[in-house]
Amino acid sequence: MYTEPRYLMAGDGGVLVQFGTTISPEINRKVRGMLLVLEERRIPGIVEVVPAYSSVLIYYDPLRIDLKDLLQKLRELEQVGLIEEKLPKSRIVEIPTVYGGEYGPDLDFVAKHNRLTQDEVIAIHTSVDYLVYYVGFSPGLPYLGGMSKKIAAPRLETPRSRVPAGSVAVANQTIVYPTESPGGWRIIGRTPVKLFDPTKEPPAVLRPGDYVRFVRVKGKEFEEMARRVARGEGGMVLTEKG
Amino acid sequence: METLEVMKPGLLTTIQDLGRHGYQQYGVPVSGAMDSFALRIGNTLVGNTEAEAGLEITILGPELKILEDTAIAITGGDLTPTLDGKSLPMWETVLAKKGAAIAFRGPRSGCRAYLTVSGGIEVPQLMGSRSTYIKAQIGGLGGRPLRVGDRLKTIPNRQPRDFVGRRIPRELLPTYTGECDLRVVMGPQDDQFTDEGIRIFLTSEYVITPQSDRMGYRLVGPKIAHKTGADIISDGIPLGAVQVPGDGMPIIMLMDRQTTGGYTKIATVITVDVDRLAQTKPGDRVRFSKVTVEEAHALLKERELRVQGIRDLIEAKPTPPAAKAGARKFRVRVAGKVYEVLVEEVSRAS
Repeated sequence: MYTEPRYLMAGDGGVLVQFGTTISPEINRKVRGMLLVLEERRIPGIVEVVPAYSSVLIYYDPLRIDLKDLLQKLRELEQVGLIEEKLPKSRIVEIPTVYGGEYGPDLDFVAKHNRLTQDEVIAIHTSVDYLVYYVGFSPGLPYLGGMSKKIAAPRLETPRSRVPAGSVAVANQTIVYPTESPGGWRIIGRTPVKLFDPTKEPPAVLRPGDYVRFVRVKGKEFEEMARRVARGEGGMVLTEKG
Repeated sequence: METLEVMKPGLLTTIQDLGRHGYQQYGVPVSGAMDSFALRIGNTLVGNTEAEAGLEITILGPELKILEDTAIAITGGDLTPTLDGKSLPMWETVLAKKGAAIAFRGPRSGCRAYLTVSGGIEVPQLMGSRSTYIKAQIGGLGGRPLRVGDRLKTIPNRQPRDFVGRRIPRELLPTYTGECDLRVVMGPQDDQFTDEGIRIFLTSEYVITPQSDRMGYRLVGPKIAHKTGADIISDGIPLGAVQVPGDGMPIIMLMDRQTTGGYTKIATVITVDVDRLAQTKPGDRVRFSKVTVEEAHALLKERELRVQGIRDLIEAKPTPPAAKAGARKFRVRVAGKVYEVLVEEVSRAS
């Protein structure tokens, strides 16, 4: 972690505020703090902000705000944003997941690769609350941290061209595919809940600082839950982390 | 009001406006017109606000049938548009009558043309924009390129005939050649490259490969060397970012770029140069030169003044008395120069 954040020019319409160059919950809290304070005190001329593991990319309109003024305002906010006590409590987002079978075609591979039974893989995968570092790369995709190395597995050499929306997969970390997309991670399960819905505001359920908890459900419950989700009845349980 | 019917879709024709802003924090790319200058001017020509949705037409254009009388304009790259088989003037508002056919004969210069329609193309806004993002099937018409049989609606507008005949003096129009000098602001990760790597980047010519699209342009040329490696902890990717992965070949990230990525970015193309880049095609050549952020901002302000000037010119009311019947005189300032323009109606497009 840097003692002071670095401000890097990202072209003529972006400033990258970098709090460090490693992945850690401590640095990510600074990212959250900065996001929060930027949301509270909207600076005219800031177009949007893009959080990542250890940085925030701030897009600005140089026709509306002078770069010098922007940098000065950001340095002021930085002092406020980095007061960690201000951060709201994290939420735990429970994601019901059906493991194995047609929903998780690679569960067997992940078990054998790690000399575990399928049930042991599921037990380990559901035993951790995973920190959402940020949402990015593709619509609604959460970058999760905290997976046990005991269930890590190499990615597919040739990625699948179509991974169904809701697929839960592992490599060195774990992931949920919010929309159907190509993907090379090992699919161990699937959730019927929608992590991304372009017609909702905000369109992504997860936000930085949330924790994801995978909850095992039976295969026969999947279709019923999917129908409930389609009717707009959620299927996700949100609680505050104590 | 249904205004256009797609008879042939062309290579890649999508509905685009000026993009979807504010949703990158949810992983949603910005999208929007690759050449935003051309779309903005096209909208002004047909009496729309700059941000309305139009069609972005790529290299091989579509065939469209006009379902209702309307005013249209085609701007951007010259893909040789025709109206009922006759050459259709670009950067000019044209009356397209019910039953008429718009087609394209092929690229003459540039890569992307924009067709704007009086009122703007009407599709539902999704996250504040009508832009199409094909990869996640978001926006536009079902999140996909146009296809045969699509009927496009436009938002009802004032008398479209009011805008017919608006045009822009040739000297104010961009020219597109197969060579493109791109100015860049260095960083955000230029410190991850060797001095020699940076020298190579700023002095070499790079060729645009066929693996180039709305997401990014992949280039080939002399290899750019990193100090230690090409990977970083993922961070936000600004528009125009020049990513250099391990193979040392630059990729310029454009409108459909992913929101974050894990490759080093040696530099970022300045905003005013993105439009010209969007008009280059595979096989065209680019060179990079360094400017400061302050210089880039000055160039952007200058460009916006020029756009404002063009807008004033387009929207100017005739100054009476006109020299002769049917002719109208305009006096307009563009980029510090005063233009006196006499517009004489010779014949109406029919």
